[in-house]
Amino acid sequence: MRIKEHPVLEFKRGKMIKFNYNGRELTAYEGETVAAALHAAGIKTLRKSTEFQRHRGLFCAIGNCSSCMMEVNGVPNVKTCLTRVTEGMVVAEQRGKGDLGALY
Amino acid sequence: MVLYTDLLVVGGGPAGMAAVLQAADSGLSVILLERYDQLGGQLVKQTHRFFGSKDEQAGTRGNVIARAMEEELEQLDNVTVLLEATALGYYEDNILLVSAQHSLKKIKAERIIVATGAAEKMLTFPNNDLPGIYGAGAVQTLMNLDGVVPGRRVVMVGAGNIGLIVSYQLLQAGVEVVAVVEAARQIGGYLVHAAKISRTGVPIYTGQTIKRAYGNGEVEGVELWQLDHNWQGIPGSERSLAVDTICLAVGLRPLTDILVQAGCQMAYVPQLGGDVPLRDDNLKTSNHRFYVAGDAAGVEEATAAILEGELAGLSAILELGAKEGQSLEVKKRTVKKKLDKLRKGPVGEKIRAGLLKVRRDGNAGKDRYSHTG
Ligand SMILES: Cc1cc2nc3c(=O)[nH]c(=O)nc-3n(C[C@H](O)[C@H](O)[C@H](O)COP(=O)(O)OP(=O)(O)OC[C@H]3O[C@@H](n4cnc5c(N)ncnc54)[C@H](O)[C@@H]3O)c2cc1C
Repeated sequence: MRIKEHPVLEFKRGKMIKFNYNGRELTAYEGETVAAALHAAGIKTLRKSTEFQRHRGLFCAIGNCSSCMMEVNGVPNVKTCLTRVTEGMVVAEQRGKGDLGALY
Repeated sequence: MVLYTDLLVVGGGPAGMAAVLQAADSGLSVILLERYDQLGGQLVKQTHRFFGSKDEQAGTRGNVIARAMEEELEQLDNVTVLLEATALGYYEDNILLVSAQHSLKKIKAERIIVATGAAEKMLTFPNNDLPGIYGAGAVQTLMNLDGVVPGRRVVMVGAGNIGLIVSYQLLQAGVEVVAVVEAARQIGGYLVHAAKISRTGVPIYTGQTIKRAYGNGEVEGVELWQLDHNWQGIPGSERSLAVDTICLAVGLRPLTDILVQAGCQMAYVPQLGGDVPLRDDNLKTSNHRFYVAGDAAGVEEATAAILEGELAGLSAILELGAKEGQSLEVKKRTVKKKLDKLRKGPVGEKIRAGLLKVRRDGNAGKDRYSHTG
């Protein structure tokens, strides 16, 4: 959910863009992080743990904890809390530890 | 290819920026690394008026302080700022491996100041990995930078300053704060912050903690229980609150990986938040090339981080033979005095006790990773 009114802050939101999440089209504001855009769309589960398939979401939001890693434009293990969403970006929940095979 | 520089500063928060600003007229080459795509560290999301010392900008909002420092930094032409640049590790021959905008760089520096800040601490309880559980800093980031709220109903764990301030910011963003829960018998944060929360009708429960979180794939609620005088949960005292968000404000832990890798002597000092490097009174660690400043040296607050950044910066550039050495020595003494003044009195008691344990001049406690003598 987005904050509409705030007593102290003004949000300079970028233009509306579209991106793809697990095959669905979602909208976001240019300049916000992938994790924030997903949160705004009500999506909190960003990945599953590799061994027990437990749901994992955003935890630290500053790139420390790895809880928010997803596959972005085919690249696995991308920290979505640090990555800004762009027009046409393809974001997907990652399977397991991720595979760089296709890229390298 | 290896990049060479006189001074490398890791971390572009208040400590790192303050360190770099000291090199303004030094004639030395400086590189500043910041993992995020903007400078400011924790300060950029702090929209409240600052607590702390009057001389040192108390009353100003954190994000405003950060902007001012950044503007000053942009004027310096001997400084290269690398954004989206994470220091990954320290290698022999004094090389730091850096991932900068998705390419790898090797940087070799005469002196390195580590100002990487701190990481949020975790609590152990069943289901603490469910989506919907956040560190307080993450909630601040989401709300204050992106304008997105984490959920509708929140329980805050921890009534120190950070827990209280973030609770207030949640309320400002229109989120319901169901309760603030604090394991200790007293509220840890300043009374002004606690009063702001209480006035809005949010209860602050002391002597209680989380027993477990529950929910199917995401947080749906939390079970709290009371603690006895040995900090043990009292069976039968449980109660449940339906919430979709649990915010943990249970302290920070210094980020010191690079210093550990560089063989700096470390010590576990609870008063400073965890494992920290031993240092002399110029903030030089036991590895003569490395300095530490800010929350990475011990979790304190922004004013201390800025002053420590200045001290480490001045000390490093003096060692490197900066021009105007004389006036820099004078400046260094002034900074040390300000730091002492800041840490005076009952508020600074914990920090003072912690600092006694990390002095390299003999007072150090037993360390865990000792490499050098
Ligand atoms: C909710 C909250 C409220 C606060 N309120 C106040 C207040 O009212 N008054 C006050 O004085 N203080 C306050 N503080 C504390 C203050 O924000 C911190 O003490 C201060 O920001 C510490 O500065 P720093 O430069 O040491 O670390 P940080 O601000 O954490 O900056 C560290 C920087 O290093 C970067 N980094 C980390 N690792 C790497 C790496 N490997 N490579 C490259 N870059 C890296 C990070 O991205 C970050 O930008 C508050 C803190 C919080 C969380």
